Amino acid sequence: MSENINPTVSEATPLIETRHLKKYFKVRKGLLHAVDDINIKIMPGKTIGVVGESGCGKSTLGRTILRLIEPTEGEVLYDGENIVPYGKHEMNKMRRNMQLIFQDPYSSLNPRMSVSELIAEYMIVNKTCKTRAEVWDRVDELMETVGLAERFAGAFPHELDGGRRQRIGIARALSLDPKFIVCDEPVSALDVSIQAQILNLLMDLQDQRGLTYMFITHDLSVVKHISDEIMVMYLGQCVEIAPSKELFKNPVHPYTQALLAAIPIPDVSMRHKEIEVIKGELTSPINPKPGCRFASRCKYATPKCTEGDLTLNDLGNGHFSTCVMHQQ
Amino acid sequence: MSKKDLYKNTDGEKFIETDKLLIIKNLEVIYKTDKTTVHAVNGIDLELGKGETIGLVGETGAGKTTTALSILRLLPEVTAHTPHGEIYFNGENLIQAPEERMRDIRGDKISMIFQDPMTALNPVYTVGEQIYEALELHAPEHKTKEELNARVDEVLKMVGITPERKNEYPHQFSGGMKQRVVIAMALACEPELLIADEPTTALDVTIQAQVLIMMRELRDRLGTAMIMITHDLGIVAQTCDKVAVMYAGEIIESGTAEDIYNSGKRHPYTEGLFGSIPDLTEDTDRLKPIPGLMPDPTNLPKGCYFSPRCPYATDKCRSEHPPVHVDGDHKIACWLFAEKEE
Repeated sequence: MSENINPTVSEATPLIETRHLKKYFKVRKGLLHAVDDINIKIMPGKTIGVVGESGCGKSTLGRTILRLIEPTEGEVLYDGENIVPYGKHEMNKMRRNMQLIFQDPYSSLNPRMSVSELIAEYMIVNKTCKTRAEVWDRVDELMETVGLAERFAGAFPHELDGGRRQRIGIARALSLDPKFIVCDEPVSALDVSIQAQILNLLMDLQDQRGLTYMFITHDLSVVKHISDEIMVMYLGQCVEIAPSKELFKNPVHPYTQALLAAIPIPDVSMRHKEIEVIKGELTSPINPKPGCRFASRCKYATPKCTEGDLTLNDLGNGHFSTCVMHQQ
Repeated sequence: MSKKDLYKNTDGEKFIETDKLLIIKNLEVIYKTDKTTVHAVNGIDLELGKGETIGLVGETGAGKTTTALSILRLLPEVTAHTPHGEIYFNGENLIQAPEERMRDIRGDKISMIFQDPMTALNPVYTVGEQIYEALELHAPEHKTKEELNARVDEVLKMVGITPERKNEYPHQFSGGMKQRVVIAMALACEPELLIADEPTTALDVTIQAQVLIMMRELRDRLGTAMIMITHDLGIVAQTCDKVAVMYAGEIIESGTAEDIYNSGKRHPYTEGLFGSIPDLTEDTDRLKPIPGLMPDPTNLPKGCYFSPRCPYATDKCRSEHPPVHVDGDHKIACWLFAEKEE
């Protein structure tokens, strides 16, 4: 599939970049800061993992990058070009390069369409194939790629289990040969053994097609497995970005440390290990106070934490943290 | 069919002498509809001592929840049947117990925490009223209103909720707080057995850690035995003394937590489960998933139910049901281990 890769994508420019990306929702009580000043760069062929608890804005971030939600402020650069000012027509063309795999394979597929119709839908809408015969050839090819047996072509989603439905979702996302795919919790509705099958499929596809992923999940072990780089989010803010291995070896932000400590480890010898859990729950993202939003639960919090805006502090080795402890 | 016939079966004594809290013998549960018969639980044996915690592990459709519901006799009336099997709770056969007796037991001696705290609470009653109800029905020692209300406060404090919030409605609580309320309700009467059906699946990881630690402390303090139903091997390792792995309605492996995690001898399915979870401490290039899918419970394969997905399956596995290989407390239902013995 290498001939499909856009020749203008050079190694040095990130495929996707966000600059001061913000999304605020107007609610009755004020402004809900769902995504607040996110700056990320994703290199072609790489995977960025976005982790955080529910309500931290990770799905909103994914959708804002795809402009399924209009950003309030900031830029989204695709291959060095800002796509935020794009008009409807331009954006529709652009969307072929950027696709989304949904979390819930039960509600994201039209129950009245068969598997082959579901996979063909994007190609028919976008008129990427000259003839119908070509569309059906592509459908067969895609079904093989994602590991769906031919006999399911005429089946309807309700006849299939979660793993196979998620394969349909992946085939749909791949049907327009995108370069960038946002995977929004693609395995969290699946059983562990099926989850592993889907993760392996996504990684194989990346190797074969040079895909770039943004992998959104709350499951830290999954994100470590699949990502090159990980961003940890808390209430709309990025708290730490680091290469995957580095983050797990050396988490520096107090929230990341707490998050990692909270994972139950499948090892009985660790059972009596005292784990330190963070107290309290997420505070409200509506009209938040300035500064670090984790401060109210953080054991290291000082008055300095809630003064002024957060800065991304470079700790070397591609490791960044927004904690005031790391300010130079 | 009347409710009485539903659980009627001829085998088994009404009472037996035992020091175990719970004994399940050869329990089978089927769901029967006009068209199909679903074999949900296929002859399982389980023993639980007082104060012990057992983890019931398996994927969706393995029969974990059906097992739990049959202990409480909460299976759907119209479709579910128990052709045979006995469940002894403190020596009393629950399958044969009259419905009135079951009502006394539910919520008092055995209580259950359901998976989804969002739907387990009644939205039109305050959380205080819902805890009060359980106590009013089951706690004869606190009969006056003041005593009952004092106990509600006490129970809420136990799970880390300030008693001032008892007049609030469930929608005013977050997911983690709701699950605490559900746990408070389940523990209000200090049951001897607590069945927790995926108690933390709907929660975020930091909240999950808070709830698990709280459950562990309460269990140790109250001496409650617990059946922890989960698919997360991490949670089992952190909370359970014993483990039973279920597949297609059977317990294919059981033993102490050390047996399952550390002995090096595992059923191929258990091995597959461990291969499917990404390791946080080691770098793996690709996971080793179990190929294929769980068999259709209306049409189970011949021989070992796992054989169509098993990498070690032989012709014998595909034709004959495997015997149970016993090594102390560690039991594995697999031909692989049976043959080594011969």
